[in-house]
Amino acid sequence: MESIILLLSITLMYSTPLVFGALGGVISERSGVTNIGIEGMMVIGAVAAATASYFTGNPWIGFLAAGAAGALVALLHAVASVSFAADQTISGVAINMLAPGIALFACRFFFDGAAMSPIATKLPGAVFGNMSINITTIIALLFAVIMWFVLYKTKWGLRIRAVGEHPAAADTLGINVYRVRYACVLVSGMLAGFGGASMTIAIISQFTQTAISGHGFIAMAAVIFGKWHPFGAYGACLLFGFTQALVVVLGGGNFIVPSQILSMLPYVMTIVVLILFVGRSVAPKADGVPYVKGSR
Amino acid sequence: MEVSPQYAVQMHGITKRFGAFTALDEVDLDVRKQTVHAILGENGAGKTTLMNILYGLYQADEGGIFMNGQQVNIANPNDAIQLGIGMVHQHFMLIENFTVTENIILGDEVCGAAGVLDMRKAREEVMALVNEYGFDVDPDARIEDITVGMQQRVEILKALYRGAEVLILDEPTAVLTPQEIDKLIEIMHDLISKGKTIIIITHKLREIMQSADECSIIRRGVYMGTVDVKQSSETELASKMVGRNVNLTVEKTPAHPEDVMLSIRGLTVKDERGIEQVRNLDLDVHAGEIVGIAGIDGNGQQELVDAICSLVKATSGTICIAGQEIQNTNPRNVLNHSVAVIPSDRHRWGLVLPMMVEENTVLERHGEDLFGKGIMLDYDKLHDFTSKLIERYDIRPAGCEEERMSGLSGGNQQKAIIARQVSYVPDLLIAFQPTRGLDVGAIEAVHKTLIGERDRGAAILLISFELDEVMDVSDTIAVIYHGQIVGTFAQGTVDENQLGLLMAGGEAQ
Repeated sequence: MESIILLLSITLMYSTPLVFGALGGVISERSGVTNIGIEGMMVIGAVAAATASYFTGNPWIGFLAAGAAGALVALLHAVASVSFAADQTISGVAINMLAPGIALFACRFFFDGAAMSPIATKLPGAVFGNMSINITTIIALLFAVIMWFVLYKTKWGLRIRAVGEHPAAADTLGINVYRVRYACVLVSGMLAGFGGASMTIAIISQFTQTAISGHGFIAMAAVIFGKWHPFGAYGACLLFGFTQALVVVLGGGNFIVPSQILSMLPYVMTIVVLILFVGRSVAPKADGVPYVKGSR
Repeated sequence: MEVSPQYAVQMHGITKRFGAFTALDEVDLDVRKQTVHAILGENGAGKTTLMNILYGLYQADEGGIFMNGQQVNIANPNDAIQLGIGMVHQHFMLIENFTVTENIILGDEVCGAAGVLDMRKAREEVMALVNEYGFDVDPDARIEDITVGMQQRVEILKALYRGAEVLILDEPTAVLTPQEIDKLIEIMHDLISKGKTIIIITHKLREIMQSADECSIIRRGVYMGTVDVKQSSETELASKMVGRNVNLTVEKTPAHPEDVMLSIRGLTVKDERGIEQVRNLDLDVHAGEIVGIAGIDGNGQQELVDAICSLVKATSGTICIAGQEIQNTNPRNVLNHSVAVIPSDRHRWGLVLPMMVEENTVLERHGEDLFGKGIMLDYDKLHDFTSKLIERYDIRPAGCEEERMSGLSGGNQQKAIIARQVSYVPDLLIAFQPTRGLDVGAIEAVHKTLIGERDRGAAILLISFELDEVMDVSDTIAVIYHGQIVGTFAQGTVDENQLGLLMAGGEAQ
């Protein structure tokens, strides 16, 4: 019983950064902009959260700073891929290559040349019996519900989905495709930033170079596995989080599988899921296609 | 023409330039209230550009727009919608996985507080419209599940929902069956009687004669005048549009069919989802005859052609060229059996647009000794070969051998493909939608080439979604429905209504 609760709480803990990242992917891709840069935006969010939390002593300021930093990076992606109709994959890859560099630079700049931040104040958690849940886990769930409601119950959601499916059609009905895509990409970056924060000031309490290592890519796999639906993506993240929890729980015991092999589990799982589901689940039709007025 | 309230829409002196190219040069349009006004012109004449200006998608460089005698300023589609203009685009602007209701309300949603959708009220409003105009549309159906005719009615509903008084229909009949066209014309007349005004863009003369009151003609961006349709004829409209006399009837001598060239027996082809698109199909095409396949898009035509070309695997059945089985081999083998194909989508399959014209004209034959030695291409030979084709098939602009294919107009690109395919001197020529998107003059040239090839002794398989084309050009007409040939007729023994019924899955009378 004890170990099941442990497993559950670690699953929730590790899935939280993925959930934020995946929700960011969902909102961006629903509007028709592929966001490969989630990983990079999470890295930037991670360093911003730890830095702001360390200097202010207030983890909430760290959390908000992470969102703002993520959105700022997303703005780059939006300018390139929405305004200038650049290849969205290339823009995203550029962000992923840029972000770790910026993060390391910021780290060395603020912390006297150190490659990692000092211990920062963590966000609070709640304790239910034997289980402790960080506040970010609850915020992530809340965001999933809000995103579902916005996407499927409001006119804004109808417009976002329309823009992601058939931007020219939305345009002829007076919907500003560029504005919708900008908004969605910025929200995407903000959520990815929160994802970074929920790693560095919730799970661990400092920024390190490996704090975010592939979480953004796993989140993107979760978007596909979850069929571009907020709840689907949430569920997929729980699955990936569970594999990470397995690594932690099994790695701690005297288990026959070497921990190095065990650590591969989340990534192997990602590849397996992608092999099985890419192509089978249907992406928004205009996902990844820049919209150029007049070329219809 | 004076600006007057008796006109729903007036556009005066409209000029639109795209860079150095003048798409519209001082074009006038005066549309009387409660009439159907046709705009006729060849492809690229500027019809759609003119309507996009009216709908606010483009801005005119010069000229003014007036509605009901008042000058208006239309900067974007929102302005046009506010002024009561609705547009039904040629390629429907519908979101496939949304319901009919969702598509109709998009952009002008029925909401409660804070932007929360009130779908029940929205559905009621849509139903009220559906009932008022007597449209046969289910508000809860998804667009991907309904017929093209219904999708078009959804587009019209979208405009009516926004209070459109003036409806622009861009090439509305291109994708419809004859029965659906009749229904559309009925709807148009009904809308007129309810006080609406309709502008219809088309290059199909017969539909103008059937539906329009007046017709304005644009030729290469220049306004050629407006005619009263009742006082005019198809021939007059055609010559005004093209600027020369056009022969609207296809002239040909009777066919002299010889041996069977293409013989298909029991062919079944599945698509990538495993659904049978061609079912146990039998078909014969003789040398020296044109067999035309009539049918609505998506009834297995693409899969049939792909199977003949060995681009997809046939699940069962045989395909013989001059007695030799070629099914499930490879495209090269099919080409070697003297089969040439004019593909349905010249951009997807026929051409490599960024490459030069002379490279495109030898795409399938570049390996032949004719064009080089060993692994080297001899560009001088390519050039000479292409020059001959350009001259013979009047591909414009002359001397375009080394220009990029993308620089040619659609009609000339199609001419280049046909020139290339015919240059193989094929035994079997498959022409899939050979006149897609071409105007009257270019269509005439394509049909002449097909008939010329037939008279040379080639077997021609013509597959077209244009029923008129199949009826005019073919010696034998076969109707395809749900992947099966549901009827075969000699030319002249069947009328449009019978074919239309068969195409829609009905029984022949």
